[in-house]
Amino acid sequence: MDLFQIITEIEKVDPEVYERFDSRRRVFKHLTGIGKKLTAAAMPGFVAALFNKAYGQTAGPSVNDVLNLALSLEYLEFYFYDTGLSVAGLIPAADRAAIEKIRNDESGHIKTLRTALGSAAIPDPGRAAFDYSGGRGSRTGPFATALLPGGTALYFGVAQSFVDTGIRAYKGGAPFLMTNKDVLETALNIHSVEARHCSHIRTIRRGLAAGATGAAAATTLPGTDPRVSPKSWISGLDNGGPSPDTNPSTRDVYGPGTNPPPAGVPTGITFPGEDNLVQAGRTISTDSAISAAAASEAFDEPLDYVKVKAIARNFVDNATTLFV
Amino acid sequence: MTKKTNPVPAEVQPAAGLFGALPRRDFLRYTGAGLALTSLVLTGCDDDDNNEVDPNADTVNVGSGDTGVLNYAYALEQLEAAFYAQVIAGGTGTYFASLGANSAERQILSDLALHEKAHRDFFKNAIPAGSIIKDLAPDFSTIDFNVGRRAAGAPAGTKLGVLDAAMAFEDLGVAAYNGAGRYITNPVNLALAGKIVSVEARHAALIRDLMSYNTFVDNDVVELFTPTGSASTPGVGSGSGLERSKKPSEVIVVANQFLQTGSKLNVSGLG
Repeated sequence: MDLFQIITEIEKVDPEVYERFDSRRRVFKHLTGIGKKLTAAAMPGFVAALFNKAYGQTAGPSVNDVLNLALSLEYLEFYFYDTGLSVAGLIPAADRAAIEKIRNDESGHIKTLRTALGSAAIPDPGRAAFDYSGGRGSRTGPFATALLPGGTALYFGVAQSFVDTGIRAYKGGAPFLMTNKDVLETALNIHSVEARHCSHIRTIRRGLAAGATGAAAATTLPGTDPRVSPKSWISGLDNGGPSPDTNPSTRDVYGPGTNPPPAGVPTGITFPGEDNLVQAGRTISTDSAISAAAASEAFDEPLDYVKVKAIARNFVDNATTLFV
Repeated sequence: MTKKTNPVPAEVQPAAGLFGALPRRDFLRYTGAGLALTSLVLTGCDDDDNNEVDPNADTVNVGSGDTGVLNYAYALEQLEAAFYAQVIAGGTGTYFASLGANSAERQILSDLALHEKAHRDFFKNAIPAGSIIKDLAPDFSTIDFNVGRRAAGAPAGTKLGVLDAAMAFEDLGVAAYNGAGRYITNPVNLALAGKIVSVEARHAALIRDLMSYNTFVDNDVVELFTPTGSASTPGVGSGSGLERSKKPSEVIVVANQFLQTGSKLNVSGLG
């Protein structure tokens, strides 16, 4: 077979074919030599490998894909906080200032991501696109009372689940942004703010569980059940999170992601649950002679884009294309 | 333990050059190859072999590339771990001992000590022996371990309390990790840094809430967003809601205040 003839034919329909093989064209500098050395029997394998490299389904999400997923999550959060603030008797007076702060941060993140994406940004889906009951549009899912007067405990539980999902999503998305250092740093600067939010929401929940609102929450000990009175960081699996036994369940927020990882995830990055004790081959609890709880708390875990979308999809009207 | 006293020459940063030359779509395909290469860099980019006299001879050079970032992170984690260990040991102050046995604050500081120890030990074990920086000698003479927080309006030069210092270290750590992400070329290392920085941010937020409730985000650490018009219309206003990340050169101005001569950091290889 005439390899060069085949490639020339491909080039007519795909001018980038050489780049797909190797953008630096180093392969082609030496290809003639390689071709001579290859035996006829080895040739099909070589060609297959070459084409698999060029057209194989290994590409992950693009920078814009990652940013639009992030933007979708920001809309999910923004409208949740903004709606909560509009429901009388839901957010305790002492906690309103914090929720307004968080809502405004999300608005800032939306502005920032829209700017980074330019015309590629998804349109604002609007409040109606989301179903915070977890009913995918039925509005009668298990969290339906979270946005009703008196639904305070559930509201903050759902908030915690959203923001922990967001933190894990940014962590999982960051490796896809490494080609653009400024965009990467922007995403990291959103990621840590989300972690600050989550810490505070978890603090509020400790307070609520003990009947305290406002500043007293910060000096309230976590309870024995991390589902209702968590630490400000994730300890083990937090017993499955605020609502492990509903459908949808918050177990997915803290459990493992897609393994093996989905397309494009760099080799070496995996998605264990938040109770993971092993980092880069080192068992943290053993190395530092600390409890499994402390070792798991010391490291948050990323979540892959497939799992993130599956979690978030539960909270949109399934007539929309968000998180598909 | 090898003390690094010289900047790592630019030519031992092949990974950055490789990725820099590739269009984005190619990067994704080359990630596998990049990983293999940067792993080699991690082990290959070790201490410098020349022994020239260096103007920064009394500083600790973290190096460059991924190893430089890991050493930089290790340095900050050493500082944090040493600080919390000293808080809890109590030899130099009574603040921690004065906290009630069942106080939330006692448990928070205890947890933070464990987490920071875990981070420090992890880097110590993960960075190849040939390229790791030495154990740093902290200087906590500007911290009063008998005091929780400095009185409001205390004159300049007044020592930090334990919570003041904890807040400074945690906020600094978050800003440092965020600002160093751009120097990482191996996505596995980026993921590792990400696993740690969000825990630091959780710490920072809680310490800040202990200091002054509802300051978990505030304008000194986050560029707050102010809506113009209706706050219910997303994305319209001034500010960004972004953490104020810091370059390594900015971070060490603060970090070096807490390190003894001979342990002060040199980050000239980063950025």
